[in-house]
Amino acid sequence: MAHQKPKKGLSVSMKENLFGYSLLIPSFIFLSLFTFYPVIKSIKLSFYSGPLTRLQFSGLDQYKNVFSDELFRKVLLNNILFLIGTVPTSIFLAMYLAIWVNKNIKGSSFLRTAFFYPTLIPLIAVANIWLFVYTPKYGLMDRFLDFLSIQGPNWLGSPNLAMFAIIFMIIWKDAGFYMIFYLAGLQNLPGDVYEAALIEGAKPFQMFKNITFPLLMPTTLFVMIVAITNSFKNVDHLYIMTKGGPDNATNLLLYYIYEVAFTNWDLGKAAVLTIILIAILLSVTAFNYFYLDKRIHY
Amino acid sequence: MGKILNYCLLIFLGLLFFIPLIWVFITSISPSGEIISGSNPFWTKNPTLNNFKEAWEAAPFLKYYLNTLIIVFGVLIVQLLTITLAAYAFARVNFKGKEILFIAFLIQLMIQPEILLFPNYQIMAQLGLVDTKLAVMMPYWASAFGMFLMRQTFKQVPYELDEASKMDGSRWWQTLWHVYIPAARPTYVAFALVSVSTHWSNFMWPLIITDSVDNRPLTVGLALFAQAFETGAQWGVITAGTVTVILPLLIAFFIFQKQFVSSFMHSGIK
Repeated sequence: MAHQKPKKGLSVSMKENLFGYSLLIPSFIFLSLFTFYPVIKSIKLSFYSGPLTRLQFSGLDQYKNVFSDELFRKVLLNNILFLIGTVPTSIFLAMYLAIWVNKNIKGSSFLRTAFFYPTLIPLIAVANIWLFVYTPKYGLMDRFLDFLSIQGPNWLGSPNLAMFAIIFMIIWKDAGFYMIFYLAGLQNLPGDVYEAALIEGAKPFQMFKNITFPLLMPTTLFVMIVAITNSFKNVDHLYIMTKGGPDNATNLLLYYIYEVAFTNWDLGKAAVLTIILIAILLSVTAFNYFYLDKRIHY
Repeated sequence: MGKILNYCLLIFLGLLFFIPLIWVFITSISPSGEIISGSNPFWTKNPTLNNFKEAWEAAPFLKYYLNTLIIVFGVLIVQLLTITLAAYAFARVNFKGKEILFIAFLIQLMIQPEILLFPNYQIMAQLGLVDTKLAVMMPYWASAFGMFLMRQTFKQVPYELDEASKMDGSRWWQTLWHVYIPAARPTYVAFALVSVSTHWSNFMWPLIITDSVDNRPLTVGLALFAQAFETGAQWGVITAGTVTVILPLLIAFFIFQKQFVSSFMHSGIK
């Protein structure tokens, strides 16, 4: 815009402002409609109860109901279990895989393909495949155990095993995706530090512990946020595999919202649950930026 | 010694990771009688395409393919436009309130449209857009992730190039078109691949917002199709449906592996 002479009444900086805003308008229309407005709408709706046509203001009643709802507590606990089961394991696996795939060993491109391809399979298709893997007696898992003369359990039918089985599947699906971020992180590590360490006679594990791991910390932080967000966001598999069962043993927060909103049509409750989910995700990010980020600067 | 051990473990893991894929392919081409009773789940004596024929007759996969393609590219094209303009504004234009608007943008990274299934359904109902492809696409037309990625790239374009282009009398969109966009080509490719594979896989939102063959994408079609059969005898047909859905992305990946991997790597840069 520099070559244009400012019109009368509009200063250069005013024109620059307007120019900036107009470039942002297309994005902000959609951000407002489908991010800001729905959040505000949910906050408002969370203070109401009743069916859509006869909504009544009910203050904090909906919140009280949700927090005293045993199913909600169970689902929240499930989600935490799911997070603890999937996030650290897939992060460590991803780091391990990346460190070895990054070395120019024979077959490293085969390995990279093997670990990464599950990323490109839609979660709903993954669920279709693993439903058959976990089918009692005839499924791949139980047939394998049968081969070892072990009586296989009903993986998805037993409340104690179902969550474990799903966690295993999600690690298979996501580890390769996180591995890619570590591969990118490893490529930015300074080579001379390793040379110096080698000259000092450092052992491979010492090098990992004292150099690679700390230098990869920013990547770990990034992957951690992505992984935690995913553990709240990705619930497609429940639709095919368990519908949240057996006995709600595998139900997760977002899937629960789906059930409350679209099966029970309990709008106020769905709004409260949405607000809780948003609060969780915002605090994860806040924790990252205000606490962890300050601690890992070295 | 440790190195060999690790190497063996890695090869073992690599093979383990491939097992579900190999198994689903074999099952999809096995005659239905062999699937349950066959002694080796990784082999079939009489490969057949019958399962695919049956699957394609039972559900309108061709229509679902078309819907997915329209949705995926409908999302991408608008995204490319919105992220380019916004990224250019944040990278090169000085305006009041830039920081606050930038943070407002980043909120979408934390509260992604997937989380807002329930309120967004209501908004679509108000707009009268329930059960349209437009409704599937619209919540993704602004992308904080894409804007952020492009902004980083635009910032690396030397300012002198921008100035020189303006000295030549180019308008801002000409500068954008001739200087910034060519310089950012690899980032566009990276973003496009990530966006297409994400939306190809999207499930919960289209499940809720669509209700007809005309608007349903492949993922939702597959789920409904799989639920129609629930007995073990139909494994062949269901796996054939699953292969139908996963094949295009996997083939693309196996051909353009390097491009995929480097694109996803690119997308992680903060």
